[in-house]
Amino acid sequence: MSLAPHDKNMVDAHTGVSTTGHEWDGIRELNTPLPRWWLWMLYATIVWAFGYMIVYPAVPLVASYTTGVFGWSSRAAVTQELAALGAQRAPMVTALASATLPDIEKNPTLLAFARAQGKAAFGDNCAGCHGAGGGGAKGYPNLVDDEWIWGGTLDDISQTLTYGIRSTDPKARVGNMPAFGTDGLLKPAEISQVADYVRSLSGLPLDGKPDLKAGARIFEENCAACHGAEGKGMQELGAPNLTDQIWLYGSDKPTIVEGLNKGRGAVMPHWGERLDAGTIKALAVYVHTLGGGR
Amino acid sequence: MSVKQQQAKEMALEAAGVDAPLYAPRAKIYPQSVKGKFRRLKWAILIATLGVYYFLPFIRWDRGPNAPSQAVLVDIEHGRFYFFFIEIWPQEVYYLTGLLIIAAMTLFLMNAVAGRIWCGYLCPQTVWTDLFLAVERLIEGDRRERMQKAGQGWTLESVAQAALKHWAWLMIAWWTGGAWVLYFADAPTLVYNLATFQGPVTAYIWIAILTFTTYFFAGFMREQVCTYMCPWPRIQAALTDEHALNITYRYDRGEPRGSLKKSALLREAGAKAGDCVDCNQCVVVCPTGVDIREGLQIDCIQCGLCIDACDTVMTKVGRPTGLIAYDTDINVKLRESGQPPLPAKIVRPRTILYAAIIASIGAIMSFALATRADSGLSVMHDRNPLFVRLADGSIRNAYTVRLANKQAEDRRFELRVKDHSPGQVEAVGSAAGASGWPILTVGPDRTLETRVLVKRPSAGGAARSDIVFELRDLLTGETVETRDHFLMP
Repeated sequence: MSLAPHDKNMVDAHTGVSTTGHEWDGIRELNTPLPRWWLWMLYATIVWAFGYMIVYPAVPLVASYTTGVFGWSSRAAVTQELAALGAQRAPMVTALASATLPDIEKNPTLLAFARAQGKAAFGDNCAGCHGAGGGGAKGYPNLVDDEWIWGGTLDDISQTLTYGIRSTDPKARVGNMPAFGTDGLLKPAEISQVADYVRSLSGLPLDGKPDLKAGARIFEENCAACHGAEGKGMQELGAPNLTDQIWLYGSDKPTIVEGLNKGRGAVMPHWGERLDAGTIKALAVYVHTLGGGR
Repeated sequence: MSVKQQQAKEMALEAAGVDAPLYAPRAKIYPQSVKGKFRRLKWAILIATLGVYYFLPFIRWDRGPNAPSQAVLVDIEHGRFYFFFIEIWPQEVYYLTGLLIIAAMTLFLMNAVAGRIWCGYLCPQTVWTDLFLAVERLIEGDRRERMQKAGQGWTLESVAQAALKHWAWLMIAWWTGGAWVLYFADAPTLVYNLATFQGPVTAYIWIAILTFTTYFFAGFMREQVCTYMCPWPRIQAALTDEHALNITYRYDRGEPRGSLKKSALLREAGAKAGDCVDCNQCVVVCPTGVDIREGLQIDCIQCGLCIDACDTVMTKVGRPTGLIAYDTDINVKLRESGQPPLPAKIVRPRTILYAAIIASIGAIMSFALATRADSGLSVMHDRNPLFVRLADGSIRNAYTVRLANKQAEDRRFELRVKDHSPGQVEAVGSAAGASGWPILTVGPDRTLETRVLVKRPSAGGAARSDIVFELRDLLTGETVETRDHFLMP
């Protein structure tokens, strides 16, 4: 530990303390020794590091690594923590799975749990199409508003979730908007007339002076069967209300004409196969309490 | 190699022209007992601070059936801090910030007035080391006996005494750790559970940690903690100034030092003789082993024991006391040049500033505590979607609203939105009261999260406007308000 033999120049004249011999532009560093135990601590940490390497996974080998004496791994630790979390939640999960949907909404504790679980499940499974907050997108219904194409009661939502819409499930909700244009059911002029009429139902401004009477007649013959004589829709068939301010694809005339020409028939997957009953319940309650539930 | 041999070797190396090593062995210190006013003050502070520390968790404070009855309790599990009549929630952590500012400013103020008051009298390291030294002295004898025993090596008596000393130290350390955990759970219950081995593992671990640190730091590390580990000596060195009272040896009076006889001879011959009789008492009583006559130094914790030691000697030799005393740097300079000392200037800009900061933070905190609402309302606007168009064309915004009830009983609240009618406001899952506004019940000392929907007609609304939520306790009428915004397409 000793440094080179010192000469008179290595003692600082002002303090009388010896210097380390290091010099920068004439400034010399005083030697203020650290306590010896400080050095021992350094050695102790080195020993500790070796112990650490023995106890925990540390050294990479050719195709694997040393696993340490306790076989600890971060993956196992996470699995264990998740299992503990599952055990902690188990009573609530059981209660949720056995409760009926209306009962869940009446019990504040269950409701809070269902909404929390539903929110997580929604983010994992639904947000991709319906948006993180259920705000929807073109062709993907907004779940926060008060308009329901297939019904907004807890049971309706639960059924939609379980069996889907136009999905491969035999119990799926089915109902199609025909392709009036491409299938030759209506001529382009008629499609334009009925589109104008549909826009007039919800008080949207019209271009020029369209023949609304002709549009009304075409509507009555072709559309009223599903959308109702007044255009108020029919939830059993998934036929939207055409008189309100909510439009799944858009309210401009080209979009309506496009729908009339090509038909509409978006698919909602059936989640009953992928998610357990409790999660479906939680999702139904979550969506129901987003703001539009009936 | 013993410490002495090591030192001798290093001195020999140095004499031979080899430079001093980068690491120095520790010189063992055997502080001698001392009597005097500072020693009495330190005993009083020791008893008071340790008394508070050990017994505070057992003081009861009735808060009703739904809250703990311990006066001082840090309830980590439920996120509550109780201090007598005060209950702090995690979101009120600014009280802690305020306390920390006051604590820092108090340290600065003490430092500006009289140096390291904290280090010398109040720091746990000092207090516990003092206690451990007292135990050591009681069992193994005073400085002389302890040094003798250390020189003699192991004898049956010294082994027995050392064993007894370490047992006593460990008991104190164990009680220190034991008292620590009592601040985090109901003390009597925890004591019972710990004694019957049913306590939580965490409690045992913390007791073990604090037993070890107390035993190790107060029994073995002692002044090394202050000299090498603690940052405060460095900070205080930067904070002190020429007006601060520090424990100072009076060179003008003490030098040239010499034995009584030598000084008497000098005085007879008409030469100047100092009052310092070079008895070394100030050095042997020092818990950090410094010589105060070398001036203010970083190892000195300013505990005042050298004052007591010197005053005792001065009284015995019939010279005035105060050869070592609290004094300012200004006076040291004045005395050097033969001028009379000035009274210490305690009231000066920096002490006024520190005191003013302490007073204003204290006043703000007291005001905040006094006017603190027992209920809380926080509102967060939905981020996605920002707004929703309803079938009738009106626009609705959704909010996540959290209500807090800081009382120990159930409370019913009415949630209103200013400048809106009850029909425009809905709390999901909650019924409306007679007034039409949603009624929400929050459990004792709990929060409740709910989703609130607010509707406005679409016509003529600004893209962004303010909205004020109002939460009213139906029983007491206590009202809190929170502002947020309402968004339109």
